[in-house]
Amino acid sequence: MGRVEVRFAGFGGQGIGLMGRLVGEAVALYEGKNSVMTQSYGPESRGGASSADVVIDTEDIDFPKATDLDYFVVMSEEAYSKYIPRLKKGGILFVEEGLVTLDEQADKAKKIFKIPATKIAESLGSRLYANIAMLGFLCANTKEIVSEEALLKVMKTKIKARFVEKNLIAFQKGKEHQQEG
Amino acid sequence: MSNQDSEIPVVLTGQHYTTGNHAAAEGSIAAGCRFFGGYPITPSSEIAEHMALRLPKINGNFLQFEDEIASIAGVLGASWGGVKSMTATSGPGYSLMVENIGLGLMTETPCVIINVQRGGPSTGLPTLIGQQDIMQARWGSHGDYEIIALSPSNVQECFDLALEAFNFSEQYRLPVTLLMDEVIGHMSEKLIVPPKEELTIISRKKPTDPPDKHLPYKADDSLVPPMATAGEGYRVMVTGLTHDERGYPDLSPEAQDKAVRRINDKIRLNKDKIIKLEEYMLDDAKTALVSFGTSARAAKGAVNRARKKGIKVGLLRLITLWPFPDEKIDQLADQVDKIIIPEINYGQVTREVERAVHGKTEVKGDFRLGGAIHTPQEILKEIERN
Repeated sequence: MGRVEVRFAGFGGQGIGLMGRLVGEAVALYEGKNSVMTQSYGPESRGGASSADVVIDTEDIDFPKATDLDYFVVMSEEAYSKYIPRLKKGGILFVEEGLVTLDEQADKAKKIFKIPATKIAESLGSRLYANIAMLGFLCANTKEIVSEEALLKVMKTKIKARFVEKNLIAFQKGKEHQQEG
Repeated sequence: MSNQDSEIPVVLTGQHYTTGNHAAAEGSIAAGCRFFGGYPITPSSEIAEHMALRLPKINGNFLQFEDEIASIAGVLGASWGGVKSMTATSGPGYSLMVENIGLGLMTETPCVIINVQRGGPSTGLPTLIGQQDIMQARWGSHGDYEIIALSPSNVQECFDLALEAFNFSEQYRLPVTLLMDEVIGHMSEKLIVPPKEELTIISRKKPTDPPDKHLPYKADDSLVPPMATAGEGYRVMVTGLTHDERGYPDLSPEAQDKAVRRINDKIRLNKDKIIKLEEYMLDDAKTALVSFGTSARAAKGAVNRARKKGIKVGLLRLITLWPFPDEKIDQLADQVDKIIIPEINYGQVTREVERAVHGKTEVKGDFRLGGAIHTPQEILKEIERN
């Protein structure tokens, strides 16, 4: 496997940074690969678009930033408009379909996976679980980023104990989600 | 304050996934640091934040001062109180600290200053990378002195070199600078913290002679005098003025010659032990890259790409930036036709390399100003030019 670049993006409060952290840590600590996680960092990150990049490689990661995205996991309209130009031609798009309207720029994606992650989370009592539902959906649809086993290990250690159970349910719901059409 | 010998460093042995800033903080704690004095500044603030959370739990102290001038003064004072001490800042804060860093050099006070570099001059680029403080670390304060500055290229090295910075500062009695940069400070990677018993921890030599015979600035052949802690019964004389072995001001050319030569020579004599380099594919290289910090990652990527094309390129990575590896660069100049220096500034290490090659080979800088980092492809293009 060569280098894989993943960007998670949405708005502040959706737990975008946690998505990057969980995936990055799962890959680096439990899958014997290298990963670098970086988060958007600057005055613009407050209240607006938030992003977290994970670069994965079996070799040393010589360039720590994501520039040509193999995967773009997007959970807000603003983040979609801002970063869709970065998706590689033939890259893969994961979309929070309740919050993002795709346009012709998404045509370059080889595959588009859609999930109403926020709705699913709300059915569990809080929209805060949307990020984890999205991770479950991600795991179900690609093996290239991270294994379910590794991700669950990290979730159990990194998520506060009293929230673990609900998050595991959200993960499962995301995993089981069959997209329409 | 005098119980630091009995303190057990709290080492977080195991695997972690964390940022360079947090790794540097943990490396400092593992080295025995129990005092942090500072003023938060982007992109170093997470170090202060982490120390504020950790130190009070391990019998340490965290103090946020009114500014960077007071912070470094507090760090020097804590060190004379017998505690391993540090601060963390970025370029603008370091600018405010340089006067008292000079005091630390003249009074031979062990401490560590972490500079997580951002783009300058002045307030410059608060949230974006720079490697523009290389010369400031070397010459920021006035007068003649040698310094030690180390430059990590990954999260693991932030831990390892923070610990090493403390060891050097204690062994040679001087403020040591860990020159990080914004990208290394904020990126998360795997960090392995070894078991405590596998770490080498160096602490300052203590005097063994009777207090009434003790001369606080009299050194043996190592040129580094033992250091008493205030309150242990020894005279503790601390002045930035030129002083004699007793620590009393002696404003004569002879005293200046003796004191200033010694604080320089204690580093010059030991530079082979202080200079750490990584040599990558240099054996048969016709072109050498010289790089450090974040830039060295892309430089290594460029070497790998060039080698696949059959171009004989290697990398000399400067883990120690100061003292500068003059002899190694001079040897390299005999071997290669060209040295290229990728760095995120307008030619600071390039100037040193030019000096050290003695005109024997071509030297070319590959500069980014603050804010952007080189890609391996961009450095490869620079290698392929000509």
